Amino acid sequence: MHINRYERWWMAFGVSMLVLFMATIFVAAFADNINPPTGSQTIDPTKVYATPPFDHPGLHRLGDGRYEAYYVASVFQFAPAKLTLPVGAHVTFYVTSSDVVHGFEIAKTDVNAMAVPGWVNIASHTFRTPGTYLLVCNEYCGIGHQNMYGTIEVK
Amino acid sequence: MQAVASSNPAENRVVLAHIYTATVAVCLGAVFGVLQGFSRAGAIDAPPWFDYYRMLTAHGVLMALVFTTFFITGFSLFAVYRTIARPDRKLATAWIGWWMMLIGTATAAITILSGNATVLYTFYAPLKAAPSFYLGATLLVLGTWVVAYEIFENAFYFKRTNPGISLPLPVFMASATFLMWIIATLGVVAEMALLIPWSFGWTPGINVMLTRMFFWYFGHPLVYFWIMGAYIIWYTVVPTRYGGNVFSDGLARLTFLMLLILSTPVGIHHEFMEPGIASSWKLLHMVMTYGVAIPSFLTAFAIFASFELAAMKQGRHGFIATVTSLPWNDPFFSGAAYGMLLFILGGFGGMINASYSMDTLVHNTIWIVGHFHATVGGPVALTFIGATYWLIPRLTGRELWGRSIALWQTRLWFIGMLIMSLSMHYAGLLGAPRRTSSVAYAGATVAQSWEPAMLLAAAGGAILFISICFFAAVAIGTLFKNEKTHDTTADFAVAAPGSEPAPPVFENLIRWAVVALVLAVLAYTGPFIELFHSHAYLAPGMRTW
Repeated sequence: MHINRYERWWMAFGVSMLVLFMATIFVAAFADNINPPTGSQTIDPTKVYATPPFDHPGLHRLGDGRYEAYYVASVFQFAPAKLTLPVGAHVTFYVTSSDVVHGFEIAKTDVNAMAVPGWVNIASHTFRTPGTYLLVCNEYCGIGHQNMYGTIEVK
Repeated sequence: MQAVASSNPAENRVVLAHIYTATVAVCLGAVFGVLQGFSRAGAIDAPPWFDYYRMLTAHGVLMALVFTTFFITGFSLFAVYRTIARPDRKLATAWIGWWMMLIGTATAAITILSGNATVLYTFYAPLKAAPSFYLGATLLVLGTWVVAYEIFENAFYFKRTNPGISLPLPVFMASATFLMWIIATLGVVAEMALLIPWSFGWTPGINVMLTRMFFWYFGHPLVYFWIMGAYIIWYTVVPTRYGGNVFSDGLARLTFLMLLILSTPVGIHHEFMEPGIASSWKLLHMVMTYGVAIPSFLTAFAIFASFELAAMKQGRHGFIATVTSLPWNDPFFSGAAYGMLLFILGGFGGMINASYSMDTLVHNTIWIVGHFHATVGGPVALTFIGATYWLIPRLTGRELWGRSIALWQTRLWFIGMLIMSLSMHYAGLLGAPRRTSSVAYAGATVAQSWEPAMLLAAAGGAILFISICFFAAVAIGTLFKNEKTHDTTADFAVAAPGSEPAPPVFENLIRWAVVALVLAVLAYTGPFIELFHSHAYLAPGMRTW
């Protein structure tokens, strides 16, 4: 099949762009370990509040500025609703849901994970700037969805 | 121009049934859309007996599932009937398809309006709607299969009666579109097979990740179903408005083969932020998603080349001469062309969402809503509305009433959608979540930064609503004015005389559908096996509205 010369250039340009974009993403994923949240652990969604460590949602300190935060999303609240962290804290968030699907997004950070009943999802972030961060549910979960938020105080 | 079949009143009636249903759906959907936009911006309060999320569900279902589907089934039937002359044509199948789709839609719509299915158009489990919602949606999908059968049956008739001649381009494209659709909708039918017994209470719980994977196996090709519907019109009808040709018959067919093959194995790019799916599968689906951008590159070139060649035929050379030679005062062309412009925004935004790690910044923010309003709400809706202006006289024998109103409808839609979509993109980058009735968050500082963009988005929505009122006015005016037109033939563009025919290897669509199915199986077998092997708990489900 004959392909117009300009079209060949256009396609070469387009495909090169795609390859360049993909190469950037692959380098970021494999060299810098920049990956979206991918938890692989399961949990009984009907017994979340009885399953450690989610029976005590909140912050666990690991030392040298590292923390683990266990969050339970349920209609229409996050537990814990509020978290206080020192500046520079590196936090790994473990998130699950006790009922329907929720979202776990800390606005203006790269923390964005789905909280799916039956699964524990994982995301992490280093809080370098002090301030009050807003945690929102970004997946529709019911009539009170707009009231489902939390705060993270970094000081 | 393609040799055309003449207008047949019985065929016209069944096509009109599909097109009118689409018209009603888009007008109703717009009412819910504008109410919802104002409600979210805080300009009005949704009454407790018809809350924001019910409006959002009705808007999403009517626009994304009902309007688009009825238009594509209607237009595809039209393209088939007008390019394949068939004296003994039976129309029972097309009517059965329409009735199934209509009854399904009505069942689901009543369930939504009565507040028993406020689950949005993605109906994510374990949100549990009343069984009639799932049954209605399933019937809508099964109805499209019946229409698909009608299209395939006519394509086979053409092959039987015209041995050695390739399918007319619009029929080839419609067949590829519906083959893709059948493969894709297997996913939603499988999901319904889990959801229906569960919503009746016959099964104790549901595997949430499994339903999500089935949904997105269907959900992304759904997007390409819309796009393919618009592309059929861009390739084969829009050129007739400016005296142009199909730039290359072979490349046009190749575009549709690539869309047939690559539309399905990409759905996990909607699930980048989810647990239970390994990174390797997410990356694979990103690569496939980038691949499905290629037929859109081909299309962009083909369309602009067709514009330019048509201008050159009139002795006009250069960018400005080409642009000014186009029939901007034709409502159909205007709609399609503004749609194409919006697709540039939608296409580039899509590359960002499809990027594995970058999606973290925009996933489930209102950026995504801005993106799909610049795709399905822009190129697709504007092309379908524009094409409706072209179809109505050809189907009813009535002159289109209010041409200048129709023209302004397309311009207003473009302006309104540009304002709304760009504001949503911007607010999304600042972190504003999607699908929420309010972004107040008790006055949080970051939430306040979203408000100007939300007000601007509502203003864009108001312009869109005025635009759809113009569309309704033209439709109703045409109905009542009843001024006869004598030109009810429909031309379809073909490649320039003497150009090279498409390679014969493109012609066997069934073979390419098998390739598509194999690719879909390869892309999904791994993730499904991992889900089955994980110790997945079943969620009981609940009604949270």
